[in-house]
Amino acid sequence: MATTTPGPQTNRLGLTLNDYKGAPSTLCAGCGHDAITGQIVRAFYEMGVEPHRVAKLSGIGCSSKTPAYFLNKAHGFNSVHGRMPAVATGTMLANRQLLAIGVSGDGDTASIGMGQFIHLLRRNVPMIYVVENNGVYGLTKGQFSATADLGSTLKSGVANDLPPVDLCALAVQLGCSFVARSFSGDPKQLVALLEAAMAHRGTALLDVISPCVTFNNHEGSTKSYTAAKELDIPLHTLGFIPAFSQIEAEIDPGETRVVEMHDGSKLTLKKLARDYDPTDRAAAMATLMESNGKGEFLTGLIYVNEQQPDFISSLNLVDEPLATLPSSKVRPGKAVLDQVMESLK
Amino acid sequence: MAVTLSATGAGGLLDRETVINDFSIQVATVNGSGSQSANLVLLRSIFRMGIPVSGKNLFPSNIAGLPTWFTIRANKHGYVARKAQNELFVAMNPETIAEDEAQLMPGAVFIYNSDLKFTPSREDVLAVGVPFGAIVAQTCQEVKLRKLVTNMVYVGVLAQLIGIDLNEIEAALAKQFKGKEKAATLNFSAVQAGFDWAATNLDFKVPYRLERMDATAGKIIIEGNRAAALGCLFAGTTVVAWYPITPSTSLCENLIGYLEKHRLDPETGKATFGVVQAEDELAAAGIVFGASWAGARAMTATSGPGISLMNEFVGLAYFTEIPGVIFDVQRVGPSTGLPTRTQQGDLMALYHASHGDTKHLVLIPATPQEAYELAYQAFDLSERFQTPVFVMLDLDLGMNSWMADPFPYLDQPLDRGPVVTAEDLTRRVEQAPEGAKHDVFGRYRDVKGDGIPERTLPGTPHPLAAYFTRGSGHTSEAKYSEKPADYTWLVDRLARKHETARKYVPTPVEDWQGAEVSIVAYGTSEYAVQEARDLLAAQGISTNYLRVKALPFTPSVKEFVKKSRRVYVIDQNRDGQMASLLKLEIDPADAPKIRSIRHYDGMPIDAMSIVEPVLEMEKH
Repeated sequence: MATTTPGPQTNRLGLTLNDYKGAPSTLCAGCGHDAITGQIVRAFYEMGVEPHRVAKLSGIGCSSKTPAYFLNKAHGFNSVHGRMPAVATGTMLANRQLLAIGVSGDGDTASIGMGQFIHLLRRNVPMIYVVENNGVYGLTKGQFSATADLGSTLKSGVANDLPPVDLCALAVQLGCSFVARSFSGDPKQLVALLEAAMAHRGTALLDVISPCVTFNNHEGSTKSYTAAKELDIPLHTLGFIPAFSQIEAEIDPGETRVVEMHDGSKLTLKKLARDYDPTDRAAAMATLMESNGKGEFLTGLIYVNEQQPDFISSLNLVDEPLATLPSSKVRPGKAVLDQVMESLK
Repeated sequence: MAVTLSATGAGGLLDRETVINDFSIQVATVNGSGSQSANLVLLRSIFRMGIPVSGKNLFPSNIAGLPTWFTIRANKHGYVARKAQNELFVAMNPETIAEDEAQLMPGAVFIYNSDLKFTPSREDVLAVGVPFGAIVAQTCQEVKLRKLVTNMVYVGVLAQLIGIDLNEIEAALAKQFKGKEKAATLNFSAVQAGFDWAATNLDFKVPYRLERMDATAGKIIIEGNRAAALGCLFAGTTVVAWYPITPSTSLCENLIGYLEKHRLDPETGKATFGVVQAEDELAAAGIVFGASWAGARAMTATSGPGISLMNEFVGLAYFTEIPGVIFDVQRVGPSTGLPTRTQQGDLMALYHASHGDTKHLVLIPATPQEAYELAYQAFDLSERFQTPVFVMLDLDLGMNSWMADPFPYLDQPLDRGPVVTAEDLTRRVEQAPEGAKHDVFGRYRDVKGDGIPERTLPGTPHPLAAYFTRGSGHTSEAKYSEKPADYTWLVDRLARKHETARKYVPTPVEDWQGAEVSIVAYGTSEYAVQEARDLLAAQGISTNYLRVKALPFTPSVKEFVKKSRRVYVIDQNRDGQMASLLKLEIDPADAPKIRSIRHYDGMPIDAMSIVEPVLEMEKH
């Protein structure tokens, strides 16, 4: 009897999951960052994004190595420490048709790159900005980062005596149009958030707790696997339905809230313990503060605003990429020069 | 109204032979008092009389209140460099008036505001007290407007004293206050009042006179920053990222103005450019290199402190081979230095910007037309060589007013460098032998042996287009590598690319006279050198001249030194940076020929600062 071997599953472009993978990771075995890489691969695959449309950007650090580990058919740029936001801004200015994903770490974002991070959010540069947050410097072998919680300890037992930077609270305060927090050990939530971030127009910040197995996965750490699992308070359970899928049947009106993304995709938020409205900025801030006070680790979509214009749209640029405009569109003719010269006589 | 003339006819000044079209006027005012309009009208009126002229603003790092000076040099021979001394002086600033009088050259005419509590004390200058308050009160009824037009009175007084055509002043005012006829009329009435007052009260002739010539017909007046902005506009710049810093600010401001006026898509009205006022220079550089990586023509302009901040990105762009154009309009360093004074102190800092073995292309315009042309060319070179290109101006060129011929339209097509498109890749795959079809592009390969690689742009719709850009060690295929052989291959190729650039960068301006004495200079020293060469020739010292327009040096620089007997290298910095670079790159046997002349007090170099040391050293 003849048997047929089933071919690998493909997405709407006919590409397989493998087509979204990159080089083998050189991070420590069990690193939270590798789990996030896996979800990035899955999200791009499920959304059926053409790899060549993606620009992968990062700064310096363990997290910043990861763009090499996904989407090897996309251009990647591993830039300088903390300055990926500027590179991403320039990239999107040059070619607004690209889909930019930046991967950064807590040192890269909350210390050396804090200035650029803040201004990226202020501008609402259209991109996905993933912070792989482990509260520790891995590549320099285990110093506290600016997101380490007060009182948490290093492997050596040294306690942190400074308060942490809450990247999500900061982002909400600055008016970032998409603010979410997740955990590398929660693939379902992370994939839904990544897919929603892809559908979002503006900066989509994903602060993802990603335990460092080598330096920060011990009892005194508040960013270990155990701590994250114990303290995790999801705001809601998330479902994401891209615009190209059938939508209606999935939504249960009594218990869910639906956020419509600008491309028509739908993000569903199933109510858990609390009635949470992620479009209310003041409430988002209050909820974060309250949670921080309790030492909770709140995850889910914290704030979203699909109405806020993104940086590129606000510049009223031509639709085609500036990078490849023909010379006839970017070089004024001799008459313009003559006119300018005449005005200077 | 009393006219104060110093005793004894100012040392016989009034009996001297009249100097025609060859003197300088300096005006001292209070920063923020609105003197700029009066000074520009003065400059433009002289220009309109056909007399070669230049204007230099000496201003403090301050918004309002501190002393500021404006110097106009009119010279029938076309010398427009700074002159250390001024024949005519207008003193409007009570804070500096005593000092201003003290530094006058003997025989100068000192026009001062007699409303200030000041008694002239120099016997060897002609002091002319002008009651500005009373003159303005007569012509301007509205008290609150008087302050605005007071400075125009000295334009009128000077017009009467040295013979500036009132019609030309009127025309210059019309240009200055275009669209504001009332303002033009009011200002002209102040000029007229000053003129009339001088005609009535000054019954003597000063020995300085302007006479109509025909040396400025068809010419323009422009600042170097504006000229560079025009170069960027016509080079098709699409991304501008900047952070304001004196003296570079007006470059970006002018460029943005031109972009908004001339670069909207005629069909849709949408912009073919993007501008970001960045949060700092680090970000400005990052945006430029991010945009250039993605294929845009991107630029920024800054000054020394900004260059320091941009260094990290410059090193990254050098090593990862990303284009990007950075204008450095130099001011005086180190550190904050003298923020509103001029110097050529960044030459070394630009050539070797960032850590590790780095060498950059630096273009060095001397004139507004070169600022325009080299700005344009910087983008071509940057994309051809896929590397940052610096354009080095200074405050003197960037912010001062220069006479120039109208700029030519640069007609050659834009050089976007070796960019491999999806169509190119498809064709290469078709033509490649079986087994090599996946190997048709490698980002950092030395395809032609000249060190220049090819690149694809993000977004290129071809599965073989993507590569990874990283500031860490990489192979010719853009893969991460720490192998010694990969690293040395890479940095040696970068050095090879730099060598290739010697043949592409602008060649020096050279004037070989077969003389004993050679002069090498760069940038704005040009004007002073031209004058100095004539002055030296008048003393029997003929000179050869080479003006460097770019780093790396073209082979002709080495040859020039080789065939010279003695080479005086003119630097506007303390350490003789160009002299040092030359010594590094020429045949060591020629190094003893190099003699360094350095001028670095923050003022633009003048001819005598070259003539005197040459004469002195020629004695030995």
